[in-house]
Amino acid sequence: MSKVHVKMTINGREVEALVEPRTLLVHFLREQLGLTGTHIGCDTSHCGACTVDLNEMSVKSCTLFVVQANGAAILTIEGMAAPDGTLHALQEGFRQMHGLQCGYCTPGMIMRAHRLLKENPNPSEDEIRSGISGNLCRCTGYQNIVKSIQYAAAKINGVPYQEAAE
Amino acid sequence: MIPAKFEYHRPTSVQDAVALLAQLGEEARPLAGGHSLIPVMKTRLAAPEHLVDLAGISSLKGIRREQDHIAIGAMATQSEMIASPLLAEILPIIRETSLLIGDPQIRYVGTIGGNVANGDPGNDMPALMMCLDAEYQLAGRNGQRRVRARAFYLGAYDTARQNDEILTEVRIPIPAKGHGYAYEKLKRKVGDYAVAAAAVMLMFTNGTCRAASIGLTNVADTPLWAEAAARALVGTRIDRTAIANAANAAEAITNPASDGHGPAEYRRKMTGVTVRRAIERAKLRAEV
Repeated sequence: MSKVHVKMTINGREVEALVEPRTLLVHFLREQLGLTGTHIGCDTSHCGACTVDLNEMSVKSCTLFVVQANGAAILTIEGMAAPDGTLHALQEGFRQMHGLQCGYCTPGMIMRAHRLLKENPNPSEDEIRSGISGNLCRCTGYQNIVKSIQYAAAKINGVPYQEAAE
Repeated sequence: MIPAKFEYHRPTSVQDAVALLAQLGEEARPLAGGHSLIPVMKTRLAAPEHLVDLAGISSLKGIRREQDHIAIGAMATQSEMIASPLLAEILPIIRETSLLIGDPQIRYVGTIGGNVANGDPGNDMPALMMCLDAEYQLAGRNGQRRVRARAFYLGAYDTARQNDEILTEVRIPIPAKGHGYAYEKLKRKVGDYAVAAAAVMLMFTNGTCRAASIGLTNVADTPLWAEAAARALVGTRIDRTAIANAANAAEAITNPASDGHGPAEYRRKMTGVTVRRAIERAKLRAEV
Protein backbone atom coordinates (compact mmCIF):
# COMPACT_ATOMS: atom_id res chain seq x y z
CA MET A 1 0.00 0.00 0.00
CA SER A 2 1.47 3.31 -1.01
CA LYS A 3 2.11 6.14 1.39
CA VAL A 4 0.67 9.54 0.70
CA HIS A 5 2.44 12.87 0.93
CA VAL A 6 0.55 15.33 3.09
CA LYS A 7 1.13 18.96 3.90
CA MET A 8 -0.80 21.03 6.41
CA THR A 9 -0.51 23.88 8.85
CA ILE A 10 -0.61 22.88 12.50
CA ASN A 11 -0.63 25.66 15.10
CA GLY A 12 0.71 28.03 12.46
CA ARG A 13 3.62 25.76 11.53
CA GLU A 14 3.87 24.04 8.13
CA VAL A 15 4.12 20.28 8.46
CA GLU A 16 4.93 17.79 5.70
CA ALA A 17 4.98 14.03 6.04
CA LEU A 18 4.59 10.70 4.28
CA VAL A 19 1.75 8.80 5.90
CA GLU A 20 -0.04 5.52 5.52
CA PRO A 21 -3.58 6.35 4.39
CA ARG A 22 -5.02 4.51 7.40
CA THR A 23 -3.27 6.84 9.86
CA LEU A 24 -5.85 8.65 11.94
CA LEU A 25 -5.29 12.36 12.54
CA VAL A 26 -5.10 11.86 16.31
CA HIS A 27 -2.32 9.27 15.96
CA PHE A 28 -0.44 11.53 13.57
CA LEU A 29 -0.64 14.46 16.01
CA ARG A 30 0.34 12.45 19.05
CA GLU A 31 2.81 9.91 17.74
CA GLN A 32 4.43 11.51 14.71
CA LEU A 33 4.40 15.13 15.85
CA GLY A 34 4.55 14.60 19.62
CA LEU A 35 1.54 16.84 20.18
CA THR A 36 0.12 14.76 23.03
CA GLY A 37 -2.25 17.44 24.31
CA THR A 38 -4.96 16.01 22.05
CA HIS A 39 -6.27 12.98 23.90
CA ILE A 40 -7.75 9.66 22.85
CA GLY A 41 -10.73 8.95 25.07
CA CYS A 42 -13.37 6.56 23.77
CA ASP A 43 -11.80 6.10 20.31
CA THR A 44 -15.35 5.73 18.94
CA SER A 45 -16.25 9.40 18.14
CA HIS A 46 -18.46 9.81 21.20
CA CYS A 47 -16.40 11.54 23.90
CA GLY A 48 -14.79 14.51 22.15
CA ALA A 49 -11.45 14.30 24.02
CA CYS A 50 -9.70 14.24 20.62
CA THR A 51 -11.41 17.42 19.34
CA VAL A 52 -9.23 19.77 17.30
CA ASP A 53 -10.03 22.76 15.13
CA LEU A 54 -9.71 22.01 11.40
CA ASN A 55 -10.47 24.68 8.78
CA GLU A 56 -12.66 26.49 11.33
CA MET A 57 -14.63 23.40 12.28
CA SER A 58 -14.47 21.34 15.47
CA VAL A 59 -13.69 17.77 14.48
CA LYS A 60 -13.03 14.51 16.28
CA SER A 61 -9.50 13.63 15.22
CA CYS A 62 -10.04 9.93 16.04
CA THR A 63 -12.56 9.74 13.20
CA LEU A 64 -10.60 11.40 10.44
CA PHE A 65 -7.71 10.11 8.35
CA VAL A 66 -4.72 12.46 8.04
CA VAL A 67 -5.05 12.21 4.27
CA GLN A 68 -8.49 13.84 4.59
CA ALA A 69 -6.82 16.76 6.36
CA ASN A 70 -4.30 17.30 3.57
CA GLY A 71 -3.95 21.05 2.99
CA ALA A 72 -5.91 21.96 6.11
CA ALA A 73 -5.20 24.51 8.83
CA ILE A 74 -5.33 22.75 12.19
CA LEU A 75 -5.28 24.19 15.69
CA THR A 76 -4.66 21.99 18.73
CA ILE A 77 -4.50 22.78 22.44
CA GLU A 78 -0.74 23.39 22.07
CA GLY A 79 -1.53 26.35 19.82
CA MET A 80 -3.86 28.12 22.24
CA ALA A 81 -1.51 29.90 24.66
CA ALA A 82 0.54 32.87 23.41
CA PRO A 83 4.21 32.18 22.55
CA ASP A 84 5.26 33.87 25.81
CA GLY A 85 3.14 31.38 27.78
CA THR A 86 0.22 33.71 28.50
CA LEU A 87 -2.83 31.48 28.70
CA HIS A 88 -5.71 31.79 26.26
CA ALA A 89 -8.88 33.20 27.82
CA LEU A 90 -10.42 29.72 27.77
CA GLN A 91 -7.42 28.17 29.52
CA GLU A 92 -7.54 30.95 32.11
CA GLY A 93 -11.27 30.42 32.50
CA PHE A 94 -10.89 26.68 33.14
CA ARG A 95 -8.24 27.44 35.75
CA GLN A 96 -10.12 30.24 37.49
CA MET A 97 -13.51 28.53 37.53
CA HIS A 98 -12.30 25.00 38.37
CA GLY A 99 -13.45 23.74 34.97
CA LEU A 100 -11.39 20.58 35.31
CA GLN A 101 -10.71 17.87 37.83
CA CYS A 102 -8.81 14.99 36.21
CA GLY A 103 -8.23 17.12 33.12
CA TYR A 104 -8.58 14.36 30.56
CA CYS A 105 -11.45 15.98 28.64
CA THR A 106 -10.06 19.51 28.97
CA PRO A 107 -8.12 19.88 25.69
CA GLY A 108 -11.16 18.71 23.72
CA MET A 109 -13.48 20.92 25.76
CA ILE A 110 -11.29 23.96 25.17
CA MET A 111 -10.91 23.34 21.44
CA ARG A 112 -14.68 22.88 21.06
CA ALA A 113 -15.42 25.95 23.19
CA HIS A 114 -12.95 27.93 21.08
CA ARG A 115 -14.95 27.30 17.89
CA LEU A 116 -18.24 27.82 19.73
CA LEU A 117 -17.15 31.28 20.90
CA LYS A 118 -15.86 32.18 17.43
CA GLU A 119 -19.31 31.39 16.00
CA ASN A 120 -21.30 32.76 18.91
CA PRO A 121 -19.26 35.21 21.03
CA ASN A 122 -21.95 35.62 23.66
CA PRO A 123 -23.70 32.28 24.10
CA SER A 124 -26.45 31.59 26.61
CA GLU A 125 -26.00 28.75 29.09
CA ASP A 126 -28.25 26.55 26.93
CA GLU A 127 -26.20 27.36 23.83
CA ILE A 128 -23.01 26.46 25.68
CA ARG A 129 -24.49 23.18 26.88
CA SER A 130 -25.69 22.17 23.41
CA GLY A 131 -22.45 23.49 21.92
CA ILE A 132 -20.37 21.12 24.06
CA SER A 133 -22.83 18.24 23.84
CA GLY A 134 -20.28 16.22 21.85
CA ASN A 135 -17.75 16.38 24.70
CA LEU A 136 -18.05 14.15 27.73
CA CYS A 137 -16.69 14.97 31.18
CA ARG A 138 -17.00 12.31 33.88
CA CYS A 139 -15.75 14.47 36.78
CA THR A 140 -17.27 17.92 36.93
CA GLY A 141 -20.96 17.54 36.14
CA TYR A 142 -20.32 20.30 33.55
CA GLN A 143 -21.39 23.11 35.90
CA ASN A 144 -17.92 24.61 36.19
CA ILE A 145 -17.12 23.93 32.54
CA VAL A 146 -20.08 26.13 31.58
CA LYS A 147 -18.82 28.82 33.98
CA SER A 148 -15.30 28.54 32.53
CA ILE A 149 -16.63 29.17 29.04
CA GLN A 150 -18.75 32.08 30.28
CA TYR A 151 -15.64 33.49 31.98
CA ALA A 152 -13.70 33.22 28.73
CA ALA A 153 -16.52 34.78 26.70
CA ALA A 154 -16.62 37.75 29.09
CA LYS A 155 -12.85 38.15 28.93
CA ILE A 156 -12.74 37.97 25.13
CA ASN A 157 -15.63 40.46 24.92
CA GLY A 158 -13.86 42.78 27.36
CA VAL A 159 -16.64 42.79 29.94
CA PRO A 160 -16.40 41.80 33.62
CA TYR A 161 -17.41 38.21 34.35
CA GLN A 162 -20.41 37.91 36.61
CA GLU A 163 -21.38 34.55 37.96
CA ALA A 164 -25.08 33.88 37.53
CA ALA A 165 -27.03 33.56 40.79
CA GLU A 166 -27.69 29.92 41.63
CA MET B 1 -7.98 1.24 17.08
CA ILE B 2 -6.28 1.15 13.70
CA PRO B 3 -8.13 0.23 10.51
CA ALA B 4 -6.83 -2.30 8.00
CA LYS B 5 -4.62 -0.97 5.22
CA PHE B 6 -6.17 0.61 2.16
CA GLU B 7 -5.24 2.70 -0.85
CA TYR B 8 -6.50 6.27 -0.85
CA HIS B 9 -7.88 7.96 -3.96
CA ARG B 10 -8.98 11.55 -4.24
CA PRO B 11 -10.61 12.22 -7.60
CA THR B 12 -11.63 15.75 -8.54
CA SER B 13 -14.63 14.94 -10.74
CA VAL B 14 -17.65 12.66 -10.53
CA GLN B 15 -16.56 11.08 -13.81
CA ASP B 16 -13.16 10.15 -12.39
CA ALA B 17 -14.70 8.86 -9.17
CA VAL B 18 -17.13 6.63 -11.04
CA ALA B 19 -14.34 5.35 -13.29
CA LEU B 20 -12.27 4.50 -10.21
CA LEU B 21 -15.13 2.64 -8.55
CA ALA B 22 -15.80 0.69 -11.74
CA GLN B 23 -12.14 -0.18 -12.14
CA LEU B 24 -11.48 -1.12 -8.50
CA GLY B 25 -14.62 -3.20 -8.12
CA GLU B 26 -16.20 -4.50 -4.95
CA GLU B 27 -13.23 -3.73 -2.69
CA ALA B 28 -13.64 0.03 -3.17
CA ARG B 29 -15.90 2.25 -1.10
CA PRO B 30 -16.76 5.92 -1.60
CA LEU B 31 -15.83 8.09 1.40
CA ALA B 32 -17.93 11.15 2.29
CA GLY B 33 -17.70 12.52 5.85
CA GLY B 34 -16.62 9.11 7.06
CA HIS B 35 -18.52 9.21 10.35
CA SER B 36 -20.33 5.95 9.59
CA LEU B 37 -17.55 4.26 7.62
CA ILE B 38 -14.44 5.10 9.68
CA PRO B 39 -15.85 3.72 12.98
CA VAL B 40 -16.63 0.36 11.33
CA MET B 41 -13.21 0.37 9.67
CA LYS B 42 -11.61 0.92 13.07
CA THR B 43 -13.40 -2.09 14.52
CA ARG B 44 -12.61 -3.92 11.24
CA LEU B 45 -16.23 -4.76 10.58
CA ALA B 46 -15.34 -3.16 7.25
CA ALA B 47 -11.96 -3.41 5.56
CA PRO B 48 -12.23 -1.88 2.07
CA GLU B 49 -9.02 -2.10 0.08
CA HIS B 50 -9.66 1.24 -1.59
CA LEU B 51 -11.29 4.44 -0.39
CA VAL B 52 -12.45 6.91 -3.01
CA ASP B 53 -12.70 10.23 -1.15
CA LEU B 54 -15.38 12.48 -2.63
CA ALA B 55 -14.19 15.57 -0.72
CA GLY B 56 -12.18 16.87 -3.68
CA ILE B 57 -15.17 17.04 -6.02
CA SER B 58 -16.45 20.60 -5.82
CA SER B 59 -19.58 19.88 -7.89
CA LEU B 60 -20.94 17.76 -5.03
CA LYS B 61 -21.23 20.80 -2.76
CA GLY B 62 -23.96 23.37 -2.38
CA ILE B 63 -27.68 23.81 -1.82
CA ARG B 64 -29.71 25.30 -4.68
CA ARG B 65 -33.24 26.08 -5.69
CA GLU B 66 -34.12 24.75 -9.15
CA GLN B 67 -37.65 25.59 -10.27
CA ASP B 68 -39.96 23.28 -8.30
CA HIS B 69 -37.36 21.51 -6.18
CA ILE B 70 -34.39 21.99 -3.91
CA ALA B 71 -31.15 20.29 -4.96
CA ILE B 72 -28.71 19.45 -2.18
CA GLY B 73 -25.22 18.31 -3.20
CA ALA B 74 -24.30 14.96 -1.66
CA MET B 75 -21.30 16.45 0.17
CA ALA B 76 -23.31 19.21 1.88
CA THR B 77 -22.72 18.76 5.60
CA GLN B 78 -25.33 18.75 8.34
CA SER B 79 -23.86 22.08 9.57
CA GLU B 80 -24.24 23.62 6.12
CA MET B 81 -27.88 22.49 5.97
CA ILE B 82 -28.53 23.86 9.47
CA ALA B 83 -27.04 27.23 8.45
CA SER B 84 -28.79 27.43 5.06
CA PRO B 85 -31.26 30.35 4.83
CA LEU B 86 -32.82 28.69 1.76
CA LEU B 87 -33.65 25.49 3.66
CA ALA B 88 -34.79 27.46 6.72
CA GLU B 89 -37.33 29.23 4.52
CA ILE B 90 -38.51 26.40 2.28
CA LEU B 91 -37.81 23.13 4.11
CA PRO B 92 -37.32 23.90 7.82
CA ILE B 93 -37.89 20.22 8.69
CA ILE B 94 -34.39 19.50 7.38
CA ARG B 95 -32.80 21.83 9.92
CA GLU B 96 -34.94 20.34 12.69
CA THR B 97 -33.75 16.84 11.72
CA SER B 98 -30.08 17.76 11.21
CA LEU B 99 -29.91 19.27 14.69
CA LEU B 100 -30.88 15.88 16.14
CA ILE B 101 -28.09 14.02 14.33
CA GLY B 102 -24.89 13.20 16.20
CA ASP B 103 -23.31 16.13 18.00
CA PRO B 104 -21.76 19.42 16.85
CA GLN B 105 -18.44 17.87 15.81
CA ILE B 106 -20.17 15.14 13.82
CA ARG B 107 -22.47 17.66 12.12
CA TYR B 108 -19.48 19.66 10.81
CA VAL B 109 -18.28 16.60 8.93
CA GLY B 110 -21.28 14.33 8.34
CA THR B 111 -22.93 14.77 4.93
CA ILE B 112 -26.43 14.29 3.58
CA GLY B 113 -25.11 11.96 0.87
CA GLY B 114 -23.39 9.70 3.38
CA ASN B 115 -26.42 9.72 5.65
CA VAL B 116 -28.88 8.68 2.94
CA ALA B 117 -26.63 6.38 0.87
CA ASN B 118 -25.15 4.33 3.69
CA GLY B 119 -28.37 2.38 4.25
CA ASP B 120 -28.07 2.32 8.04
CA PRO B 121 -31.65 2.09 9.35
CA GLY B 122 -30.56 4.22 12.33
CA ASN B 123 -29.80 7.24 10.13
CA ASP B 124 -32.38 10.01 10.34
CA MET B 125 -32.33 11.53 6.84
CA PRO B 126 -33.65 8.50 4.92
CA ALA B 127 -37.09 8.47 6.59
CA LEU B 128 -37.29 12.24 6.17
CA MET B 129 -36.45 11.91 2.47
CA MET B 130 -39.17 9.27 2.10
CA CYS B 131 -41.60 11.61 3.85
CA LEU B 132 -40.63 14.45 1.47
CA ASP B 133 -40.68 12.18 -1.63
CA ALA B 134 -37.09 13.11 -2.46
CA GLU B 135 -35.19 11.64 -5.39
CA TYR B 136 -31.54 10.60 -5.33
CA GLN B 137 -29.39 11.34 -8.36
CA LEU B 138 -26.95 8.51 -9.04
CA ALA B 139 -23.98 8.70 -11.41
CA GLY B 140 -22.48 5.47 -12.70
CA ARG B 141 -20.57 3.92 -15.53
CA ASN B 142 -23.70 3.85 -17.65
CA GLY B 143 -24.72 7.42 -17.02
CA GLN B 144 -27.14 9.11 -14.65
CA ARG B 145 -30.37 7.91 -13.12
CA ARG B 146 -32.76 9.01 -10.41
CA VAL B 147 -34.27 6.78 -7.76
CA ARG B 148 -37.03 7.84 -5.40
CA ALA B 149 -36.10 7.61 -1.73
CA ARG B 150 -39.26 5.55 -1.30
CA ALA B 151 -37.78 2.86 -3.60
CA PHE B 152 -34.12 3.13 -2.55
CA TYR B 153 -33.93 1.14 0.68
CA LEU B 154 -33.95 -2.64 0.22
CA GLY B 155 -32.64 -3.86 3.58
CA ALA B 156 -30.16 -2.94 6.29
CA TYR B 157 -27.14 -1.46 4.45
CA ASP B 158 -28.69 -2.65 1.20
CA THR B 159 -29.82 0.03 -1.24
CA ALA B 160 -30.60 0.46 -4.93
CA ARG B 161 -27.16 2.05 -5.43
CA GLN B 162 -24.79 -0.12 -7.46
CA ASN B 163 -21.17 -0.52 -6.39
CA ASP B 164 -19.88 1.67 -9.20
CA GLU B 165 -22.43 4.42 -8.59
CA ILE B 166 -22.11 7.60 -6.58
CA LEU B 167 -25.05 9.39 -5.07
CA THR B 168 -24.42 12.94 -6.27
CA GLU B 169 -27.49 14.93 -5.29
CA VAL B 170 -30.69 14.83 -3.26
CA ARG B 171 -33.65 16.49 -4.99
CA ILE B 172 -36.63 17.49 -2.89
CA PRO B 173 -39.93 18.82 -4.27
CA ILE B 174 -40.71 22.23 -2.77
CA PRO B 175 -43.65 21.79 -0.39
CA ALA B 176 -46.60 24.19 -0.36
CA LYS B 177 -46.28 27.36 1.71
CA GLY B 178 -48.03 27.06 5.05
CA HIS B 179 -47.34 23.36 5.43
CA GLY B 180 -46.89 21.91 8.90
CA TYR B 181 -43.82 19.87 9.67
CA ALA B 182 -42.08 18.06 12.50
CA TYR B 183 -39.32 15.55 13.07
CA GLU B 184 -39.77 13.90 16.44
CA LYS B 185 -36.92 11.72 17.67
CA LEU B 186 -36.90 9.74 20.88
CA LYS B 187 -33.38 9.06 22.11
CA ARG B 188 -31.77 8.77 25.49
CA LYS B 189 -28.88 11.17 24.98
CA VAL B 190 -27.01 13.28 22.46
CA GLY B 191 -25.44 11.24 19.69
CA ASP B 192 -27.74 8.24 20.05
CA TYR B 193 -29.65 6.64 17.25
CA ALA B 194 -33.40 6.90 17.62
CA VAL B 195 -35.36 4.47 19.79
CA ALA B 196 -38.02 5.55 17.30
CA ALA B 197 -38.49 8.71 15.24
CA ALA B 198 -41.12 10.15 12.92
CA ALA B 199 -41.07 12.76 10.17
CA VAL B 200 -44.43 14.36 9.44
CA MET B 201 -45.57 16.83 6.75
CA LEU B 202 -49.16 18.14 6.71
CA MET B 203 -51.16 20.45 4.46
CA PHE B 204 -54.56 21.90 5.27
CA THR B 205 -57.37 23.60 3.38
CA ASN B 206 -60.13 25.27 5.42
CA GLY B 207 -59.24 23.31 8.54
CA THR B 208 -59.23 19.92 6.79
CA CYS B 209 -56.04 17.99 6.15
CA ARG B 210 -55.68 17.65 2.38
CA ALA B 211 -52.26 15.98 2.22
CA ALA B 212 -50.04 14.17 4.71
CA SER B 213 -46.83 12.17 4.61
CA ILE B 214 -45.09 10.24 7.38
CA GLY B 215 -41.65 8.59 7.52
CA LEU B 216 -40.32 6.37 10.32
CA THR B 217 -36.70 5.94 11.47
CA ASN B 218 -34.99 2.91 13.01
CA VAL B 219 -38.03 0.72 13.62
CA ALA B 220 -37.36 -1.85 10.87
CA ASP B 221 -34.50 -3.04 8.64
CA THR B 222 -35.13 -0.03 6.44
CA PRO B 223 -36.61 3.41 6.98
CA LEU B 224 -40.37 3.24 6.42
CA TRP B 225 -42.85 5.37 4.52
CA ALA B 226 -46.04 5.04 6.56
CA GLU B 227 -48.59 5.41 3.79
CA ALA B 228 -51.61 4.06 5.69
CA ALA B 229 -50.82 6.22 8.72
CA ALA B 230 -50.80 9.35 6.53
CA ARG B 231 -54.04 8.27 4.84
CA ALA B 232 -55.71 8.11 8.26
CA LEU B 233 -55.19 11.89 8.51
CA VAL B 234 -56.28 13.05 5.07
CA GLY B 235 -59.84 14.36 4.97
CA THR B 236 -60.00 14.78 8.76
CA ARG B 237 -59.50 17.86 10.92
CA ILE B 238 -56.74 15.91 12.65
CA ASP B 239 -58.62 15.42 15.88
CA ARG B 240 -57.66 12.94 18.58
CA THR B 241 -59.31 10.01 16.83
CA ALA B 242 -57.48 10.66 13.55
CA ILE B 243 -54.17 11.00 15.36
CA ALA B 244 -54.74 7.73 17.26
CA ASN B 245 -55.63 5.97 13.99
CA ALA B 246 -52.46 7.25 12.36
CA ALA B 247 -50.31 6.23 15.34
CA ASN B 248 -51.83 2.73 15.31
CA ALA B 249 -51.33 2.39 11.56
CA ALA B 250 -47.68 3.44 11.96
CA GLU B 251 -47.05 0.96 14.76
CA ALA B 252 -48.57 -1.81 12.65
CA ILE B 253 -45.88 -1.60 9.94
CA THR B 254 -42.89 -1.55 12.30
CA ASN B 255 -40.62 -4.51 12.91
CA PRO B 256 -38.05 -3.18 15.36
CA ALA B 257 -35.16 -5.11 16.86
CA SER B 258 -34.72 -5.41 20.60
CA ASP B 259 -31.54 -3.63 21.64
CA GLY B 260 -29.88 -1.86 24.53
CA HIS B 261 -32.43 0.93 24.28
CA GLY B 262 -35.39 -1.32 24.78
CA PRO B 263 -37.30 -4.40 23.68
CA ALA B 264 -39.09 -4.52 20.34
CA GLU B 265 -42.54 -4.02 21.93
CA TYR B 266 -41.36 -0.80 23.56
CA ARG B 267 -39.87 0.55 20.38
CA ARG B 268 -43.05 -0.26 18.46
CA LYS B 269 -45.12 1.59 21.06
CA MET B 270 -42.70 4.54 20.98
CA THR B 271 -43.17 4.73 17.21
CA GLY B 272 -46.82 5.56 17.86
CA VAL B 273 -45.80 8.10 20.50
CA THR B 274 -43.35 9.89 18.19
CA VAL B 275 -45.91 9.87 15.37
CA ARG B 276 -48.54 11.42 17.65
CA ARG B 277 -46.15 14.09 18.93
CA ALA B 278 -44.92 14.90 15.42
CA ILE B 279 -48.47 15.23 14.07
CA GLU B 280 -49.47 17.50 16.95
CA ARG B 281 -46.45 19.74 16.46
CA ALA B 282 -46.86 19.80 12.66
CA LYS B 283 -50.51 20.79 13.09
CA LEU B 284 -49.56 23.68 15.38
CA ARG B 285 -47.13 24.95 12.76
CA ALA B 286 -49.44 24.58 9.77
CA GLU B 287 -51.69 27.25 8.34
CA VAL B 288 -55.00 25.51 8.88
